[in-house]
Amino acid sequence: MFDLFSGSWIIVALPFAAFAAIGLFLHRWPKAAAYTSILAMALSTLWSILIAIQVFTAAPGQVFTAAVRWLEMPGLRVDMGILIDPLSAVMLLVVTIVALLVQIYSLGYMEGDPGLSSYFAYHSIFAGSMLGLVLSSNFGQVFVFWELVGLCSYLLIGFWFGRDSAKEAAKKAFITNRVGDFGFLLGILALAVLFGNLDYQHLAMRLTDYHNLAVLLPIALLLFAGPVGKSAQFPLHVWLPDAMEGPTPVSALIHAATMVAAGVYLLARAFFIFSAVPQAMYLIAVVGGFTALFAASIALVQIDIKRILAYSTLSQLGYMVMAMGIGAMTAGMFHLMTHAFFKSLLFLGAGSVIHAMHGEQDIWKMGRLSAKMPVTTWTFVIGALALAGIPPLSGFWSKDEILLGAFSRGHLFLYGLGSLVAFMTAFYMFRLIFVAFFGSGTKGSHAHESPPVMTWPLLILALLSVVAGFVGSPLLGNVFGKYINAPGAAHHEMNIAIMVVSSLLAAGGIFLAWLIYQKEVISHLELKQRFASVYEILYHKYYIDELYARLVAVFIDGSARVLEWVDLKIVNGLVNGLAYFTGWSGKQLSYTENGQVQTYALYLFGGVLVILVGAVLAVYYTVLA
Amino acid sequence: MGYLLLAPEMLLTVLGIVVLALGLILPQRGKKVTGAVAMIGTLGILVVVFWQFGYEAEFFQGVYGIDAYSHFFRVLFLSAALIIFAMAGNYLHLFSERQSEWYSLMLFATLGMIIMASSGDLITLYVGMELMTISFYILSAYLLDDGRSAEAGLKYLILGALSSAVMLFGISLIYASSGSTVFAVVYQTLQAQVVTQPVLIAGIILLIAGFAFKIALVPFHMWAPDIYQGAPTPVTAYLAVGSKAAAFAALLRILVTALPAAHYNWTMLLAILAAVTIITGNLIALAQRNVKRLLAYSSIAQAGYILVGLAASNVYGFKGVLFYAMLYVFSNIGAFAVATLVETQSGSSDFDAFSGLAKRAPMLAAIMTICMLSLAGIPPMAGFAGKFYLFSGAIQSGYLWLAFIGLIMSMVSVYYYLNVSRLMYIGKSSEQSVPVPAMARVALLVCLVGTLIIGIYPQPLSQFAEIAIQVLY
Repeated sequence: MFDLFSGSWIIVALPFAAFAAIGLFLHRWPKAAAYTSILAMALSTLWSILIAIQVFTAAPGQVFTAAVRWLEMPGLRVDMGILIDPLSAVMLLVVTIVALLVQIYSLGYMEGDPGLSSYFAYHSIFAGSMLGLVLSSNFGQVFVFWELVGLCSYLLIGFWFGRDSAKEAAKKAFITNRVGDFGFLLGILALAVLFGNLDYQHLAMRLTDYHNLAVLLPIALLLFAGPVGKSAQFPLHVWLPDAMEGPTPVSALIHAATMVAAGVYLLARAFFIFSAVPQAMYLIAVVGGFTALFAASIALVQIDIKRILAYSTLSQLGYMVMAMGIGAMTAGMFHLMTHAFFKSLLFLGAGSVIHAMHGEQDIWKMGRLSAKMPVTTWTFVIGALALAGIPPLSGFWSKDEILLGAFSRGHLFLYGLGSLVAFMTAFYMFRLIFVAFFGSGTKGSHAHESPPVMTWPLLILALLSVVAGFVGSPLLGNVFGKYINAPGAAHHEMNIAIMVVSSLLAAGGIFLAWLIYQKEVISHLELKQRFASVYEILYHKYYIDELYARLVAVFIDGSARVLEWVDLKIVNGLVNGLAYFTGWSGKQLSYTENGQVQTYALYLFGGVLVILVGAVLAVYYTVLA
Repeated sequence: MGYLLLAPEMLLTVLGIVVLALGLILPQRGKKVTGAVAMIGTLGILVVVFWQFGYEAEFFQGVYGIDAYSHFFRVLFLSAALIIFAMAGNYLHLFSERQSEWYSLMLFATLGMIIMASSGDLITLYVGMELMTISFYILSAYLLDDGRSAEAGLKYLILGALSSAVMLFGISLIYASSGSTVFAVVYQTLQAQVVTQPVLIAGIILLIAGFAFKIALVPFHMWAPDIYQGAPTPVTAYLAVGSKAAAFAALLRILVTALPAAHYNWTMLLAILAAVTIITGNLIALAQRNVKRLLAYSSIAQAGYILVGLAASNVYGFKGVLFYAMLYVFSNIGAFAVATLVETQSGSSDFDAFSGLAKRAPMLAAIMTICMLSLAGIPPMAGFAGKFYLFSGAIQSGYLWLAFIGLIMSMVSVYYYLNVSRLMYIGKSSEQSVPVPAMARVALLVCLVGTLIIGIYPQPLSQFAEIAIQVLY
């Protein structure tokens, strides 16, 4: 039988091939480009599903690896390889399924866009890079794909580059990620220097008897800088909300389900490094928890439908990072999976609304959408219920696992924080729903349901949002945790009290939102006035962007001005001088070529003579010495 | 296998004569057949070489030997010849009815190169080299109507004769100090001597100077730009790739098997030559306004990089030499192929002829860019992997300064390589498209794929090179 596993590089190669085909041949035929991209994605998806079936029917702990040597020099070896274990198999499933559905959805959403071919080309190269990242067997390779997905993100955020805001957002995303990636690269280089090998399995083996915390701590922190940038954790979170300038399906795929989760995936992949350094773990947990709370509080008052979802994504990513930090790797990955389904559902739903409202994104200007767009509305509600953590939808199970992990590992503070965030999540999601879908606004009455090519992906994702949680639920024996877990991590028995509390908190959040925004028992306008200062701070996202702008203005621009002077007066002089000198010496040297055979012969014999004399002198001096 | 191992050499001789004879016998219209015969024949011989992999034998008491090292270079030369035959295509119309002689001379040059890479004796080596060089004298002057071509041929003849004299003098001095011209015997005799004789040192230096001329190392490079520019472009491509690789193949074999550095430490001499060559070649290339001339200087610099591996004188460096020589076939011939096609269409290889090429012939511009990025050593193109081996070999041998010069001058080289790309992509374009014959298209694709595959997945070639150099120890 054909070997599924050794051929799995094809999963990565197919989207890349689609990209090349579109870029080279098909860019004049948008439809053909779109279908090529979707076909390649469908084949990759199929292959991934077959692999996942094999992985999850085999006994836990089976690992397949294959690698070819890429670079080898004394003291360093970098491979190009694939690593398939349950962890990467789950990611394969999530990435391919969401990517396929989003691409199909894009057929409707992006219809008639003049840049359709490049849109699908970018989608293909993104899918290829993301799958390459997932299957990578070592840090060197992961870094290559890590940068590639960053590039795709840049291209797709700035897809409508005619708009200044899109251009700015793309730039911001790229530069902010640069900061994180720089740390990440330093961490990788440190590993290379220390161990001479970047392979995960090799490193995991070497780390079992390496306990120099003074070295490991900085490495772990540097490596963590990568996920902080890519998964938009505080303080590098600022790019993600702005990234919503990209087309909505892009937000769903890249900035909700897959690429931003790459940071969390990396934490899981390199868990053996992080878990060896308790101090780093604690910091990770705190950063994650803080981001979760911080972002959720901002989401409470935003009025742009995509921004609410963006801050919700930040908050949920913080949740996952927190889970990693407290050592609940299983729970973090589980939440990553369920979140990918319901958050991409929510984004695609929002896209459907925006599509119907001709680009309107302010929730207060919508209203009464439920009557006109039943499929979108009810799938959106399912997604929101899953996100809020209402049993038995998927979000409930995964969120519960994280809270259980925090509670039973003794992180009571983080448990409390997580519960608070759960409450806030339910509240802001249903604020959105009551205002936009059931509110009294009038514009929504002109909306119409989206075409089937857009609603079918919604339905499938809604189904996944409902059922995906059961693979990790204690009701079915927690299959997920059997396959994906950190070595030696104990799984905690389910705790009914925690389940009940979190469900009640979620329900409470929904109820409060209902009271304020549906029944209007409590006037939200009055609330806004009474807590005006708080509202302003939250609405302006704690003025972080302004703060950064100010800091940049003072420190970066200030130092830039100094450096500019240095650059113009000194460095430029040097560089120009050097360039001039280089060019000049090139010219002068080329004058030696005067076309005369006699001259050439002179140089030839002159050269021989010089070398002979040099050799004689060298021998003479070595003999004397 | 015995003498059957010499089949490629014999077949190549026969093929050269057959092609020559066909040109005489066939009527005017049938002459196109000769090109096909030459190409199919070369391909067939390449297949024979592949089939002989793993076998080795020594002939005439070590005067000639076939081993993994010879196999490597046979593959290199035959593929280079094949790609050049394929890409030359339309250009050959300039030769009117003298096409079959051209093929025949190219085949004899190839035979000379193969003999150089396999000979285990200084005289045999010299004969092989003269076979190659004399073929090139004629090939350089092959454009009868073009004064530059005639000038190139004449200059090459005069200077080549001088360098042969230098080299022969070196050979005679080595013979004088060791009593033999067979590498293995020279090695044994020298091992037995306690003191290194000055005569031997002079011999080695003169021998290296002779090769330095063929490789075009500074200051023995002066001929190269004039001849590269004047000679027909396909010939230039073969001169830059094949004759250089052959000289490197022979030099590496002599230095390692006959004159190990224990007697006279030639590594420092090579390191200095490499440094001077890299610096001079790259600097002068900056000032060029003609693509062929630019490629000439760039290939002087490239020879300097390869010499770094020889100077390193360790497994990494030697592996780098072979690796780079092979990737150079794809990257450099790719660049020359584009130059040939543009020249065929516009009649010139000045920068102006390449202006806006991306609009007229996007594929040509893309291939040119990729080949040049490879020559500049940008990953993931092949050149990066090659330089990686060469420079890490130099670092391992303690020639850190040489690796630094290599890296800095590679940076300088990016300027002039990308300058051509800039011209092709941003420059103003005329409307004429560039016709690309089917065979040339195949050759271009082979160069492109070779450059990319070796860069992304260098493992197989690196292993091939490693096996080849193992036989020298």
